[in-house]
Amino acid sequence: MRFGVVIFPGSNCEQDVIHAVNHLGHEAGYIWHGDTDLSGFDAIVLPGGFAYGDYIRCGAVARFSPVMAEVVRFAEAGKPIIGICNGFQILAEAHLLPGALLRNVGLKFLCKTVSLRAEESICDWLDVPAGTVLRVPINHNEGNYICDAETLERLKANSQIVLRYCESDGSTAPGGSAPNGALDDIAGICNERGNVFGLMPHPERVVDPLSGGTDGAVFFTAIAKHVAEVAS
Amino acid sequence: MARFEIYVTYKKGIFDPPGATAERALQNLGYSEVAQVKIGKYIQLEVADGTSAARIREMCDKLLANPVIEDYRIETVGEA
Repeated sequence: MRFGVVIFPGSNCEQDVIHAVNHLGHEAGYIWHGDTDLSGFDAIVLPGGFAYGDYIRCGAVARFSPVMAEVVRFAEAGKPIIGICNGFQILAEAHLLPGALLRNVGLKFLCKTVSLRAEESICDWLDVPAGTVLRVPINHNEGNYICDAETLERLKANSQIVLRYCESDGSTAPGGSAPNGALDDIAGICNERGNVFGLMPHPERVVDPLSGGTDGAVFFTAIAKHVAEVAS
Repeated sequence: MARFEIYVTYKKGIFDPPGATAERALQNLGYSEVAQVKIGKYIQLEVADGTSAARIREMCDKLLANPVIEDYRIETVGEA
């Protein structure tokens, strides 16, 4: 299992992802945003950061990087892609995931560990019982997920909502539990096929007890298992 | 060179946190007549003479605005 981690000018979480993946016993390599060869990679990670300085809108310029045409083809082939934080914003701008990410309600950059509830979803990247609560850090200014009512209904009907912000016991607070104002407490969604997954929290930061938790490991182990099953 | 001005604003129904904050701040300053503030982007574009309006719209749809959340208005200013 080999993960490819794309580096855009301004990415800053690529080393964390490589460390996380290696720590879990998998191989990983960097992909420069100007590269167009994704052969040899079983899964692609778009890491967090501030690609192209977040100019115009977060992800708006990064989506036109040369590598992105290959990322789209990778997605169309049904292969796994995860976009973390800025990576999620890039996937949304590239229309690989529906909706958009707006400025946080309250206008504050949010940097803290939050509770996430795993939902019943078709996502290849998550393989825990629905209702499982995970503690994962967030670190963003534009994580306020929005989409139109019709898209939200489709996301629900097709089980594409993968993670929701919640309270520590898995419940939803009256008025919502999203610290950033995200619609329907959405923290992560996948595409209709389940292979492309975007989330605002940073699972790569919590795979090693040294960094304060291991709840982030489930995403990388689930996709490694999925890739192994597809291959066999 | 021809010059265009582009105004990008959130679509109706899309919450605009900076606008809402400015709105509350103005009201707190005593401007009770303020009903709503919307904050958007203003872009100046200089292009070769003869560039079609369709091409400017294409630039807006592709990069300058995100049609999922934003509307835009293009104004022709004239010669740069």
